[in-house]
Amino acid sequence: MFPTPIEKRSRAVQVTYQSLLPIALIMWLLPLIAVMVFSIRPSADFSNGNYWGVPSSFEFVANYGRVFFESDMPRYLLNSVLITVPTVVGAVALSCMTGFALGIYRFRGNLLIFFMFIAGNFVPFQILMVPVRDLTVGMGLYDTKLGLVLFHIAFQTGFCTLFMRNFIRALPYELIEAARVEGVAEWRIFWFVVLPLMRPAIAALSVLIFTFIWNDYFWAIVLTQGPDAQPVTAGITSFNSQYVAQYHLMSAGSIVAAIPPVAIFFMMQKHFIAGLTLGAVK
Amino acid sequence: MSTMTANTMTRTHAEQTWLQKNRMIVTPLMFLLPGTLFFAVYVIIPIFQSFHISLYDWDGLGEASYIGLDNYRELATDRAFETSLWNNVKWLALYLLAIPVGLFIALFLNQNVVGIRLYKSLFFFPFVLSQVVVGLVFSWFYLPREGLLNNIITAIGFDSINILGDPTLATYGIIAAGLWPQTAYCMILYLTGLNAVDPEQVEAGRLDGAKGWKMLWYVILPQLKPATFIAFVVTIIGALRSFDLISIMTNGGPFGSTRVLSFYMFEKALGEYGFRMGYGSAIAVVLFMIMLIFIAYFLYSMWRDERDARH
Repeated sequence: MFPTPIEKRSRAVQVTYQSLLPIALIMWLLPLIAVMVFSIRPSADFSNGNYWGVPSSFEFVANYGRVFFESDMPRYLLNSVLITVPTVVGAVALSCMTGFALGIYRFRGNLLIFFMFIAGNFVPFQILMVPVRDLTVGMGLYDTKLGLVLFHIAFQTGFCTLFMRNFIRALPYELIEAARVEGVAEWRIFWFVVLPLMRPAIAALSVLIFTFIWNDYFWAIVLTQGPDAQPVTAGITSFNSQYVAQYHLMSAGSIVAAIPPVAIFFMMQKHFIAGLTLGAVK
Repeated sequence: MSTMTANTMTRTHAEQTWLQKNRMIVTPLMFLLPGTLFFAVYVIIPIFQSFHISLYDWDGLGEASYIGLDNYRELATDRAFETSLWNNVKWLALYLLAIPVGLFIALFLNQNVVGIRLYKSLFFFPFVLSQVVVGLVFSWFYLPREGLLNNIITAIGFDSINILGDPTLATYGIIAAGLWPQTAYCMILYLTGLNAVDPEQVEAGRLDGAKGWKMLWYVILPQLKPATFIAFVVTIIGALRSFDLISIMTNGGPFGSTRVLSFYMFEKALGEYGFRMGYGSAIAVVLFMIMLIFIAYFLYSMWRDERDARH
């Protein structure tokens, strides 16, 4: 193990390390802690210039209550869910299939198609912006959740295919050969042999794509514009213009917007990290 | 594999249909079709369409008129484009700091003490936040009067600074905000990588008298190569994709000093300065060409691994 395990060092080093940890963490998360403190202050603190002293009262319920009951926030949150969940399902389903095709079969153009998915996944969004917007407007899907979902599924298929294909490549190929010898049809091999083994990959990708899509801002402002379809990342800017300079409410609003992916992350940490490392670092 | 195919063929040769005979071609095609179709329509074809649109003068609604390379000629004399390009260079160079800093934090956290798992996840946590939230958090952190940063600075006796209001500082302020989640990402890549470091090699290194920096450089880092590669890929892509933070924190200002190509493109094509789709696409093409250098390199490295894996 590197660096040298702390338990093999002197007592003094151990104590220093143990006390450095919380200090380092607080410094690392300082901007976020600041926002959390803002979000439970009463508005009076801001007009009195009491930004960093002890809050004159704790207004957690009042501030967050206003976010939920006196703004469009719940609507934006619902939109985010209705955009994110179908995208996750769609992109994972499509990439299970493409990953299977590219990971199991040998045919001409296999690597070419695979590299097309990887390359497409890295392009700047701006090179797609004008044509994708036109296409969405042309299909009558501008400012709808469906328009956003269709694009997200297509784009995420690139990354998901990269992930799924590499995962399937690492599965024992003998299993598939054995099934073929038994005369099992190819699609049944996919369904009954490969798919059950892909569960960890599916879990990892779902968590990861959920976070990516929930946090998307660019496509939300390119393809939607009102509270009918906009997800919370775009909605938060209208929320902020509703409460200009009321930092206690704006802070509470952005914390609410951030909670779902954070919750998913803490619940499914193992899968999340497996996904992030692209399965390449094991 | 060949013996297996031979077996099945002798067994069912007579009653095999065309579909069964060609199933090793037909199956992958059918499985690829939906995903590839989607990807082609929404990603691959639009790339070429953007190249095409960049040769037109078009407001997105009316008739587009062909103007050849005029959009690109205009770029050559556009000061705002020049600023954006320079800012992209700054983003690229400074964003790479996420890699060594991420490695440093990973080394710091790679211990087995009580509660270390929670520490690791809390250090990683900024990456899970949306860039919009990161942008808001940092713009409040930087606020001249209310912000915590300036309260600390003034408490130790310096003058407060309005980072996002100062054209010379604003870009650096935004990059610092972007480095926060990016460093967390690199850290987790390295933490996972450190887990896989071969303990025997570390022991062997210790016996040979390698310690500290030497051990890190000659024994550990070579084993972390896959992690470093991914860290490079995601950091470079992240730097060139920066858009959300700029849009949220400064909206390109003050005086356009924080624009980058991705933001400037959006401003020209959909922003308040009118709908210049052709000109916007020309900017996007330039950004794409820059990215293409890196994409080509990444693909080449992956292709090399792929080729080695086959032998």
